[in-house]
Amino acid sequence: MQRVKNVFAIWKKEMKSYFTSPIAYVVTAVFLAITAYFYNTILKIFIRFQFQRFMGLGGGPNLTDHFLRPLYSNMAIILLLISPVLTMRLLAEEKKQGTFEVLLTSPVTTTQIVLGKYFAALTTYTIMIALTFLYPLFLFIYSSPEPGPVISIYLGLFLLGSAFMAVGTFTSALTENQIIAAVLAFGLLLIFWVIGWAATTATQGTEFLKYISLMEHFGDMSKGLITTRNVVFFVSFVGYLLFLTVTAIESQKWR
Amino acid sequence: MIEVQELTKYYGDRPAIQDVSFSIQKGEVLGFLGPNGAGKTTTMRIITGYLMPSAGRAFVGGHDVEKEPLEVKRLVGYLPENPPIYLDMTVRDYLYFISEIKGVPSSQRRESVARVVERCGLVDVYDRLIGNLSRGYKQRVAIAQAIVHDPEVLILDEPTIGLDPAQVVEIRELIRELGKEHTVILSTHILPEVTMTCNRVLIINEGRLIAADTYEQLSRRLSDRRQVQILLDRPLDDESFFQDVPGVESVRAEGRELVVSVGVDTAPQPELIRRLVEKGYGILEVRSSLPSLEEIYLRLISGEKGGH
Repeated sequence: MQRVKNVFAIWKKEMKSYFTSPIAYVVTAVFLAITAYFYNTILKIFIRFQFQRFMGLGGGPNLTDHFLRPLYSNMAIILLLISPVLTMRLLAEEKKQGTFEVLLTSPVTTTQIVLGKYFAALTTYTIMIALTFLYPLFLFIYSSPEPGPVISIYLGLFLLGSAFMAVGTFTSALTENQIIAAVLAFGLLLIFWVIGWAATTATQGTEFLKYISLMEHFGDMSKGLITTRNVVFFVSFVGYLLFLTVTAIESQKWR
Repeated sequence: MIEVQELTKYYGDRPAIQDVSFSIQKGEVLGFLGPNGAGKTTTMRIITGYLMPSAGRAFVGGHDVEKEPLEVKRLVGYLPENPPIYLDMTVRDYLYFISEIKGVPSSQRRESVARVVERCGLVDVYDRLIGNLSRGYKQRVAIAQAIVHDPEVLILDEPTIGLDPAQVVEIRELIRELGKEHTVILSTHILPEVTMTCNRVLIINEGRLIAADTYEQLSRRLSDRRQVQILLDRPLDDESFFQDVPGVESVRAEGRELVVSVGVDTAPQPELIRRLVEKGYGILEVRSSLPSLEEIYLRLISGEKGGH
């Protein structure tokens, strides 16, 4: 019980920090502005296609494949780009300000600190993507999309975010410089995003390369397909990175 | 209360402290003295569980710092050298947060925070952002942080650094108060601080403990000579006529002041004064003193250097 309380105390403090500083607001505003632009543009393209179908040209688009998937694939890329900004502060700032000394000399474990911070970042991320639910809401009002893919896409975005935040938490533990933490997170995320490409030319381990690619997993989910394989991947990915984060912090005590 | 055994810590291959051993009884206020970079902070960080030793062990209240870190952390309040404060939090939010992670039960939190706010003089700034406070107030917030869970052991790393003289006096007063009911380790490179607040002094230099004793014991141990200062009404012309007085080891004239080094268990003052009066000098003041802590400290440190 005390463990949960400790995680909660750290989470609460981190949430306050996100929402008393401009970071959460600025990131959310920029994200929403860009996705609104995507929504608008992709919708116009979709309408043009649909118009062509009415003209009897055949092969008309369906809402899931030609609107939702392009919209959310682009949104996922934007999330990849801005996620490191949400996490770069988490541990790097504590180290720089010397406040880490209080956390690490308090009767809380490193795991509790890391979990509290990770969940705060994930909560902020979730609030951010929840705001974009406005877009499918319009679709439900004015059209009749299949609810299944919408649900799987949002679950996919959430799982994707859980991986993004875990990578960012890890890189933030490596340095006391926030910029370096963000750049490292960005680099790692990009590699995990496109590592599936290597599968096309690799002679061995193509399945493995595909399996560790974030894009592959999100691709499945944006089609409305959620398998235990996807969920197991994200859970183990996050678990492993958080374990690395704790190890990185613990090892600094021995240096 | 605290037991440190042959503690050694290497940063890379550079030793920060080597074979440091000491113990502190419950209720003692211990001054940890040494020049910058001597290893004070490293030792304190090991006792608080922030760093792990390369060799040796440390116990707080019978708990091994390495094996039972959480038990140790519950007993210890720590003020690091740089105030560990969140600039974007108010004093209120900060102290509530700290009391939470220090394990103060929620029913007692309000009371604990109110107590330290009162004690550290933070009532006026309670709802202000810490980032907007002066250096002195930030330091007080940091001290409040260290005592909010009413720890048995207080470890204070340079608590008065960067404060103005009035604030220094206040903080020292606070430490002396705290020393009445807590076991305190206080590190400093400011000597008077130790004389004023501590029962016992540890002197550390270049990572090694070179002395551990009470101030009186230390000065007695090193007072193979005492000094007698005599203030005259005019400068002395000739130092030589004291040389044959028994017990006088050396004489130094600094303008009108005469500094005479005197052997232990001798009392040459009456003879000195008689001779001065015969020569027609007026004597304004005669003082006799033990060496100051500064002298002991410098002598120990330079002795250490000379010895190697």
